[in-house]
Amino acid sequence: MPKHEILSEEEKKELLERLKIQEKQLPKILDSDPVIKKINAKAGDVIKITRNSPTAGKSIYYRLVISK
Amino acid sequence: MKYKIGSIDFSILSPEQIKNIARVRIVTSDLYDADGYPIEGGVMDPRMGVIDPGFHCRTCGGGIGECPGHFGYLELAKPVIHVLYTKVIYYLLKYTCRECGRIMIGGKSGKKTTQPSTCPHCNAQQKKINFVKPYVFYEDKKELTPLDIRERFEKIPDSDLKAIGIKGGRPEWLILTLFPIPPVTMRPSITLESGERSEDDLTHKLVDIVRINQSLKENIDIGAPEFIINDLWELVQYHTATYFDNELTGVPLARHRSGRPLKGIIQRLKAKEGRIRGNLLGKRVNFSARTVISPDPRLSINEVGVPELIAQELTVPVHVTKLNFKEAKNLLKLGKVNYVIRPDGRRIKVTEENRKDLLEHLTTDWVIERQLQDGDITIFNRQPSLHRVSMMAHWVKVMPYKTLRMNPSVCPPYNADFDGDEMNLHALQTEEAKTEAICLMDVKHNIISPRFGGPVVGLDLDQISGLYLLTKKGTIISREEAAQLFADAGIDIKLPLKDKFTGKELFSLLLPKELDMEFKANCCRNCDECIKENCEYDAWVKIRNGELITGTIDAKAAGAFKGKIINKLEKMFDDKEIVKKFIDDAGRLGTAFIMKRGFSIALSDLDLPENIRKKIKTEIDKAQEEANSLIEKYKKQQLSILPGLTAEDSLEAQVMNALASGVSRVSDIVAENVKQTDVMVMALSGAKGSIINTTQIAAVVGQETILGKRIKRGYLYRTLPHIKPFDLSPVSRGFVARGFKDGLTPFELFWNIMNGREGLMDKSLRTRKSGYMQRRLMNALQDLKVVRDTSIRNSNDQIIQFYAGEDGMDPSKSYWGGLNWKEYVKEAE
Ligand SMILES: [Mg+2]
Ligand SMILES: [Zn+2]
Ligand SMILES: [Zn+2]
Ligand SMILES: [Zn+2]
Ligand SMILES: [Zn+2]
Repeated sequence: MPKHEILSEEEKKELLERLKIQEKQLPKILDSDPVIKKINAKAGDVIKITRNSPTAGKSIYYRLVISK
Repeated sequence: MKYKIGSIDFSILSPEQIKNIARVRIVTSDLYDADGYPIEGGVMDPRMGVIDPGFHCRTCGGGIGECPGHFGYLELAKPVIHVLYTKVIYYLLKYTCRECGRIMIGGKSGKKTTQPSTCPHCNAQQKKINFVKPYVFYEDKKELTPLDIRERFEKIPDSDLKAIGIKGGRPEWLILTLFPIPPVTMRPSITLESGERSEDDLTHKLVDIVRINQSLKENIDIGAPEFIINDLWELVQYHTATYFDNELTGVPLARHRSGRPLKGIIQRLKAKEGRIRGNLLGKRVNFSARTVISPDPRLSINEVGVPELIAQELTVPVHVTKLNFKEAKNLLKLGKVNYVIRPDGRRIKVTEENRKDLLEHLTTDWVIERQLQDGDITIFNRQPSLHRVSMMAHWVKVMPYKTLRMNPSVCPPYNADFDGDEMNLHALQTEEAKTEAICLMDVKHNIISPRFGGPVVGLDLDQISGLYLLTKKGTIISREEAAQLFADAGIDIKLPLKDKFTGKELFSLLLPKELDMEFKANCCRNCDECIKENCEYDAWVKIRNGELITGTIDAKAAGAFKGKIINKLEKMFDDKEIVKKFIDDAGRLGTAFIMKRGFSIALSDLDLPENIRKKIKTEIDKAQEEANSLIEKYKKQQLSILPGLTAEDSLEAQVMNALASGVSRVSDIVAENVKQTDVMVMALSGAKGSIINTTQIAAVVGQETILGKRIKRGYLYRTLPHIKPFDLSPVSRGFVARGFKDGLTPFELFWNIMNGREGLMDKSLRTRKSGYMQRRLMNALQDLKVVRDTSIRNSNDQIIQFYAGEDGMDPSKSYWGGLNWKEYVKEAE
């Protein structure tokens, strides 16, 4: 499974500022997702996912944790 | 009469609304009077809109195209049920009280809700409601008339309706008392050549409704017996129902006099040819042509040969200006203008009679619609349009005869061949469209596939065989022959001062001087140790400064999908004319050479010497013996069982394996010993066919399979009746131990056909499935876009990806989908 980390409040703010977006524009992930339970993230957290890619080397993706 | 749409609200019309929007009360079923004029109060009442040119609407005064049409209404003598709402009516009858009209919550039996037996509000005993399709309701076997139902629905309080989510109207409106008569503009009559009028299906239907309703009313008025009234009432119900939907189950089709079923409102909208899919989502276009295609290698890849007949029909608008006035006038004089558009917007067809007159009046603010001529840009298309290279821009070349012609090198992107394929051509009408087509859709800009980053345009079939034969080791051509060859190919080139040329030298003349590359050709036999330039099969292509030094040119060099030279040139030069010219010239050179040399195949090309046939026989026997010994072991329960498989599956896997490796050994023997004929030229160059095909014809077909397994189905414990039960041997389970050329036994043929049928079914199933999948993907992805910060967003501005494809890579700039890092390193050095 690719690496999932919770962004700190500052990191999250910095990310949203960098992309000039609001939180709700991020891709979502349910808090019932096994990986979210595993890393103990809460709704409202932003998760940074680092994936391996044959063409990009490392590819970084962000998802906002939401509850149903 | 112009309005702007503020909002759209879908709901049911109330009787008042029906009356309010109507301009006419329909009172008679007659359409026209003795003079042929529409009767007032009839279904074709002129107050409901105009359909005849030159007439004006009696309601709004508008002419054709201005008047939107106006509704009328018919007072029904007795109400009828609206068939499209029977489901709602049924539920409302079931779950509202027959006495007080309040909602009742149903009980439950299993998963189904049941009708309550008493009303929780007034304790009234309920009776069992039954619905018999299409539009009859019973309460304890007594029929509920539309009147009864209407009465009940009137009792349901608004607050209760809101609670169960019924919005947009009262339920009693589902029982029609007034019937809206749609405007004549949506059911125009057509005048036949004989002068006879032919009415629209809906008009026929409306006439029926009005007529029966009239007769029902008269019968009620004279106090006719009940059964007559009921019969007529039922008839009104039937006609209104089939007016809405003429495909109701359990209802006889309403038919035209000719026996053709009438089209109801639902039939107008539904399915492929209906209003939605047929007219709104897919429209027929003007300025387009379609006909059979045929090849012409003398055309460039981005040209299309247009038959004169089509060129005379398709037009391009040209604005007449000071600069092109003379030209425009000349075209008009020559009869190459089909229409002129005057500054006042009038479109006039140019005829022999009015041409002189028009020539005199032509000024610089007119527009002429000129016939297609050489150098016009068009869009060329072949269905199914699965990817963007199914529609590309081609330059027009007007030609004699009646087919659309194209260079065979653009067949691969369109997936076209010339066995009767037809293609479409669209003449572009505006400067924007033309510019866009030239800059984005020209074939020369679409040589590299945006899907896998290799060329989709390239040589095919005989073009490849031709170049292979030309450039292979040992082809020597005299100066005279070389000159003739290039002349045949239509390539204007200066031959170096030499008496004799190798094929490689001639091919090199097509390459730009900057080209440097090395790669394995298609004909490479994958020797254990590649000795590159010294390869005995001349399969190592080495190009230095645009000079082919070693290697043979084949599919790997210049073919569509694989061609490395095309790919390299495309990425080397911004001027795509160079790439285009290479494909044009290489294709023509290949074609010219193969025509000069001649090319033919025969069944005897696949004959093998007797000793080789013996060798092959022993190989096949050996493989079968091996399989049989595995089966023996299995029967003695001594077979080694593979991890994750049952004993039976282990046997199957091992048997298949043993037979397959036998066949592959045979394949090697065939490859080594088959005569070097044109069959092998095609297989080696990658033009068509393979060594597997060759083996199957010449030596052994091998295992036939169903769902990837040996054939098992058929009779109890065996595949065919002459086989012993439980026989697992290769020959009884679909192994064909002969080549096609030897002839198959009847049983082998049967297995071969089983396999073939599976393939056929699979193919049709797969195309349907993938077509639907494609449609769903297109609909899901169509509004995703790359925004300024390189993220991918949807129409809600939601981020889908932070970087296109997670790597930001444009596949068309990649090397067959990957990175050609060796090339980058070399360039850096
Ligand atoms: Mg075809
Ligand atoms: Zn009107
Ligand atoms: Zn009640
Ligand atoms: Zn090789
Ligand atoms: Zn080799």
